[in-house]
Amino acid sequence: MAVKERMSGNEAVAFAMKQINPDVMPAFPITPSTELPQFVSSYIANGEMDTEFIPVESEHSAMSAAIGAEAAGARTMTATSSAGLALMWEMLYVAASNRLPIALAVVNRALSGPLNINCEHSDSMGARDSGWIQIYAEDNQEVYDNFIQAYRIAEHKDVMLPIMICQDGFIISHGVSNIELLEEADVRNFVGAYEPAHYLFKEGESMAVGPYAVSAYGMEAKRAQAEAMKNARQVILDVAEEYKKISGREYGFYEAYRLSDADYAIVAIGSVCGTIKDAVDALREKGIKAGLLKVRVFRPFPGKELADALGHCRAAAVMDRCEGFSANGGPLAAELSAALFQAKSRMEVVNIVYGLNGRDFTVDDAEKLYQDLARLSEHGNQETEAYRYIGLRD
Amino acid sequence: MTQINETTRWQDLTEGLQIYEPATAKDFLTGEWRTCTPVTDEEKCRQCLLCVPYCPDSCIPVKDGKRLEFDYDHCKGCGICAAACPFGAISMKEGK
Amino acid sequence: MKQLTEIRWHGRGGQGAKTAALLLADVAFSIGKHVQGFPEYGPERMGAPITAYDRISSQAIRVHSNIYEPDFVVVVDDTLLHDVDVTRGLKKDGAVLINTEKEKEEILPLLNGYAGAVYAIDAKKVCMETLGKYFPNTPMLAAVVKVSKVMEREVFLSEMEASLRHKFEKKPEVLEGNKKALAMAFEEVKLYRDREVKR
Repeated sequence: MAVKERMSGNEAVAFAMKQINPDVMPAFPITPSTELPQFVSSYIANGEMDTEFIPVESEHSAMSAAIGAEAAGARTMTATSSAGLALMWEMLYVAASNRLPIALAVVNRALSGPLNINCEHSDSMGARDSGWIQIYAEDNQEVYDNFIQAYRIAEHKDVMLPIMICQDGFIISHGVSNIELLEEADVRNFVGAYEPAHYLFKEGESMAVGPYAVSAYGMEAKRAQAEAMKNARQVILDVAEEYKKISGREYGFYEAYRLSDADYAIVAIGSVCGTIKDAVDALREKGIKAGLLKVRVFRPFPGKELADALGHCRAAAVMDRCEGFSANGGPLAAELSAALFQAKSRMEVVNIVYGLNGRDFTVDDAEKLYQDLARLSEHGNQETEAYRYIGLRD
Repeated sequence: MTQINETTRWQDLTEGLQIYEPATAKDFLTGEWRTCTPVTDEEKCRQCLLCVPYCPDSCIPVKDGKRLEFDYDHCKGCGICAAACPFGAISMKEGK
Repeated sequence: MKQLTEIRWHGRGGQGAKTAALLLADVAFSIGKHVQGFPEYGPERMGAPITAYDRISSQAIRVHSNIYEPDFVVVVDDTLLHDVDVTRGLKKDGAVLINTEKEKEEILPLLNGYAGAVYAIDAKKVCMETLGKYFPNTPMLAAVVKVSKVMEREVFLSEMEASLRHKFEKKPEVLEGNKKALAMAFEEVKLYRDREVKR
């Protein structure tokens, strides 16, 4: 029986954490994810969870403690944002390479500078090559659903990799809206118990985690880790299929919204997708074939699937809520462009940088962008820069 | 546990190169690196055991209060025991 | 009620405008509406002008931008009228609701020529007579429900009573005060100027 509620994104993830009731949560507070350890601490104080909460002195310590706990055999989670994630950097790689399926609730916020607390994807996009699975959400419902699926994906024997469940800071984390929750028993039954094959506290087995590897071993170790990320692709789809059975909600690598017959597509990640959907509907009323490709899974990157989904479009705008400072566009555009090239696509593609430091993106902005795409496919990419900003004073 | 060595394919490694048995360092024979070898003169040795804590590789076993022969499988021949011995009972000879 | 109602709140950090916006979303949710309640965050400073938003709809809400052309604007602190263009983008067939003790002659010139309806409520008076303390949220909530008509008066009052009864389980005297404040606020909303009728 689904429970209809209204919650912020942070409340929704904290509620999923309560329902799953993992063994350990080391955490250090940072805006806008601070509420997560706060809510969990309250649940523990009220006897609604028996997770061991470890207050630590920094995010580096939070991830270090998470690595220790997970290696010991405990199902572990933590939460962070922005500079907190940056301070975890070193340990993110340690968690992934030691194949420790920790769940990290990321509430996306801009990295400094300028110092700013608002939404941007620069924090998790910076960590995109750390070996973690990354799943993004459009709204509170999706981030709740994603968190419940997280451990099933991460702890799968063919995967054993840590996972980031990302939501847009403030826009989702602090915005209250309707949500459907699952019953706790259904969640626990779905997530199941954590039974790793090897762990430090396993009786009758001694174990070393994270040994030094000379170059005769390191390359093979990385290749094996890369295989786990490839394996995550099928596992993500299988877990989504099972999750549909208990929730009725469908998930995959992406969501295609009115895309199958679209001439013009926007490709985006996160809360902006809801705004774009309203623009798509408005333009369809006017006979313009607009569509949206919402990327849910960024790691592993479903390049072929995304390229296939876009294949028939005449032009696409790929939106990055992150300035990669590559002087060549943002990370989503770079990876998707490579995938389109592999797929032998000749589509016109522009890269839009938007929403930096919490800059708003409106339905109007999206409608204008679709109109730009229509012009672009008529006249080729001469009038429009292939990599440009929306919402910028210029 | 399957033996993993420098010919092992990536598919056959453990996850994260984890090692599932204790004290595997003793299987690694660092004694093969030795170019000088410590030798004890039993006549001069007073069993003071000072050489034991000085050995950086724990290669001087002790039993019933007396030191035994060097563990040549792991002794790298550094010569610290010879320098530490107050009675000149340990000398370093060339080779293994 | 039309399909989507958008409300923008103006207050000062620490006054509870954000909480009031979330409370409105709560009570609309409780009668089966789709809602969004969200603040616009800046540097969190007591006294700084802040903005919060509500969307209330009979259908699922997907848009995640701020509200630039609200149906209603609520001003929790009339000193903001000097600093903030509170009626910016406000629809002409909408209304602005201002918490103020001041007369309309003083208030109307501060609205940058806004041609829609202007309502006022003296939340302090309501609070002092019913709660004995100044918590503007409670009367502002009732006043915005009256002005925006997002729900019927009786439905609102009974939903609020249920929620307050739960919240103040151990303080029945506070419950009574709040109930009175809500009911009184409905009566205390004054129309300072009706919208110019042009059809």
